[in-house]
Amino acid sequence: MTVPDAARTAGAASSRALGATRAMQRRRRAGSTMTVLIWAAAGLSLLPLVLIAGHLLVGGVRVLTPTFFTALPAPPGVAGGGVANGIAGTLVLIALASVIGLPVGLGAGLYLAEHRSTRLATIVRYLSDVLSGLPSIVLGIFAWEVVVRPSGQFSALAGGFALGMIMIPLVARATEEMVRLVPVALSEAALALGFTRWRTSLSIVLRTALPGIVTAALVAVARVAGETAPLLFTAFGTPYWSLRVDQPIAALPLQIYNYAMSPYDDWRAQAWGGALVLIVLVLVISMLARRATRSRFASASGGAVND
Amino acid sequence: MTDVSRPVTASAPSEAGSAARAHLTPAVALRAVDAAEDTRSGSAVPISTHGLEASYGSVRAVREATLTFTAGRVTAIIGPSGCGKSTLLRCLNRLHETVPSARVRGDVRIGGESIYAAGVNAIAVRRGIGFVAQRPTPFPTMSIRENVVAGLQVLGIRATGSELDDRVEEVLQRTGLWNEVADRLDGNPMSLSGGQQQRLCLARALAPAPRVLLLDEPTAALDPGSTQRIEELVYALRGDVTVVIVTHNMQQAARVSDHTAFMLAGELVEVGPTRLLFTAPVDRRTEAYVTGRFG
Amino acid sequence: MTAPTLPPVAHRRPVRTDVRVDATPARGYGDRVYGVFITTCALAVPALLVLVAAVIARSAWPAIEQVGTELLVGRTWDVPRGQFGALPALLGTLASSLFALLLATPLALGVAIYVTELAPLRLRKPVAFLVDVLAAIPSVVYGLWALYVLVPFLREHAMPFLGETLGLRELALFRGPAYGPSLLAASLVLAIMVLPYIASVAREVLQAVPRAQREAALALGATRWEMVRDAVLPYARSGLVGAVILGLGRALGETMAVTMVIGNRHEVPTSLFQPAYTMASLLANEFAEASGELHLSALMAVAGLLLAITLVVNAIARWLVWRMERRA
Repeated sequence: MTVPDAARTAGAASSRALGATRAMQRRRRAGSTMTVLIWAAAGLSLLPLVLIAGHLLVGGVRVLTPTFFTALPAPPGVAGGGVANGIAGTLVLIALASVIGLPVGLGAGLYLAEHRSTRLATIVRYLSDVLSGLPSIVLGIFAWEVVVRPSGQFSALAGGFALGMIMIPLVARATEEMVRLVPVALSEAALALGFTRWRTSLSIVLRTALPGIVTAALVAVARVAGETAPLLFTAFGTPYWSLRVDQPIAALPLQIYNYAMSPYDDWRAQAWGGALVLIVLVLVISMLARRATRSRFASASGGAVND
Repeated sequence: MTDVSRPVTASAPSEAGSAARAHLTPAVALRAVDAAEDTRSGSAVPISTHGLEASYGSVRAVREATLTFTAGRVTAIIGPSGCGKSTLLRCLNRLHETVPSARVRGDVRIGGESIYAAGVNAIAVRRGIGFVAQRPTPFPTMSIRENVVAGLQVLGIRATGSELDDRVEEVLQRTGLWNEVADRLDGNPMSLSGGQQQRLCLARALAPAPRVLLLDEPTAALDPGSTQRIEELVYALRGDVTVVIVTHNMQQAARVSDHTAFMLAGELVEVGPTRLLFTAPVDRRTEAYVTGRFG
Repeated sequence: MTAPTLPPVAHRRPVRTDVRVDATPARGYGDRVYGVFITTCALAVPALLVLVAAVIARSAWPAIEQVGTELLVGRTWDVPRGQFGALPALLGTLASSLFALLLATPLALGVAIYVTELAPLRLRKPVAFLVDVLAAIPSVVYGLWALYVLVPFLREHAMPFLGETLGLRELALFRGPAYGPSLLAASLVLAIMVLPYIASVAREVLQAVPRAQREAALALGATRWEMVRDAVLPYARSGLVGAVILGLGRALGETMAVTMVIGNRHEVPTSLFQPAYTMASLLANEFAEASGELHLSALMAVAGLLLAITLVVNAIARWLVWRMERRA
């Protein structure tokens, strides 16, 4: 729609009411009714957040003792027990996912930024968006088929692989966006000095965009840190302490799921504690992400346009 | 293409030499004041373009440009916005081809050697040529000092710390920046003013001692004070360095350049000694432009 | 090659005259490695999609051959007897997602309009931030909350209220005993989960509406709401539809929270109060301990079906959002 189109529709709206005060009042009333409804929608949308946060705090804080962070899961009926292996396992899985997903996502993002409008870039960009909307459980099944089935056992590696696949499109699109914020003139200045393409990309463009890319990576990490479905038949979970990548490994989301679905009251209580820890973990990563962008990038791009 | 009935315009074969201003042979083109300096411009190299064509996708930005930039002299390229003057400049260090969909035809020779010949490495070509863009482009992740030596480091030059320090001081002195930044060489270049940033970029371009310096409207975004310093520096560089400066400011062209080329809609209309081009242009389009009747 | 030494800058010192200062080989090795690397990474994205589809299709093939269309239309899923009819899961997936969308869409669009058009400036960022937080909560946490807070609430209060007090149980949609775990519970938690997702895409779409559109309407004397209704929403329509369909894609594939509250019963759902099943929950529950090749293959077929549906839904949605954002 063009500006005249908008003008016409708005013109129709206003001419409908021209001159008639009663009509004007009706318009105001219609407007304020909708405004109230929209305020209500906003309020209602945030209600679940308040409820979930409240229940998490009430249910979670009760079980958060020091041993909760240091102990292994206890059998049902045995007091104590914790999620130490789940926390460690989640960190291992995040690391594996990053090793697999970050380089590929970064590379694809650089490609997209450097070949903005070529046909391949358009296709990759589009499919990347489509890929990021696919159910994570399907990627879990894919990882099962290509890692677990051939190797004959569940493993941390398979879980990291599944999470890494999820990260690729997220990192790629975010990297592209960040790299595009770096002025073309900056890379041209480097090329004109005789920098090679790859050195220009890595030591000028990527370094300038780095804070933004760190943010992108952390956002992707935060997203996969809470993923459960793709781990069900890859990392699988274990009640024991294990950091080996070729063995099943515990993960906080898996433990929350198993505890929540169990018939034992003390396990269910611990599920709330685990959920609180998981959400704090996710939120802390997200906060770090926000901070990384705020610190340096603003000054890096702000200076060049001050005149 | 140029009007065939006017062989004096630049895109006519410059070798013909039938008209004094058709090409830039030093003997004819030099201003009287420069004649004495001519003897010491031994290290500078001439640049010549031969039927140069440059395009973005289907848009032809430069058509059939043939001209010579005299060694050790300052040549200004003027013309209205979008006339292809920046594109022509960017063909001289093979920067144009880094834009997706960009094409170059024809040839450019620097010191007699073709820079578009097969087997010539674009990166090596760029290393011998300084370039300053319209807006300041200091590398924001590097310190001021690192910015100055960025072009040297990429050459893989072996220099002792003190040699490098001397070079940093030398080029910052020349760009008049030394007194302003000597105490914060390790500081962030983004904290400098726009004019200082641009002079830093000039210092960065000069540090590897290029034989050719290309300036793409270097003062378009600057205040008068910074503009003046850059113009003075450009003027002082003649002799050693062949300078090509793109500008939309005719006064600037008149102030700093020995020769001026006028472009219009991708076409090279006229080239000649600056004073003559501004006072007695041959082409009526040039005349219309320099007298301010359009553009 | 030996490294060149530092050439002088200043006047009257003779230096080389050639411009080819350095001797780096044409199209340097590093450039080629870099180019190949980023191109490979870019190609990995389409390759991954094709590979996922191919691997799942191959594994699903035995079941497709042996079970055939029964997979799509069969109502019985009985592993020991080798009956694999996924119709209940398919319909459960569609029903829960569509009902969730019905609930979430007005709210999500409301939030998006609120944040971009109507909210006081100092409230916009905080509200947008809180919506983002809602989107960051992991699925399993939603599931936990729904299982222990939402489901008991539905069973004790909401379902009796809807059924008895309002007398809705006369309608087929609300028939049946109030179990708690049900299609209704799954739809509600799905609605909460896709709401921030739809809202944030819708927000981007609304922000892409050019200022001139808004100003044209305001200049003609439109009230703020009229501006939104007559200038902003028509302009953004295809993008907003895209946002909602993206939410649908999310809902269709959402696994953990749904698995925890839908009741996991292999029956074609006829009432919101009834327990049901979804394709994703079926996979979550049975895949790890699939018994026999045919069972596994049938699950792969279910995964393939889920993949195909979400692929189409996402492809359409992304196309709509793109078209809108490119035009802006």
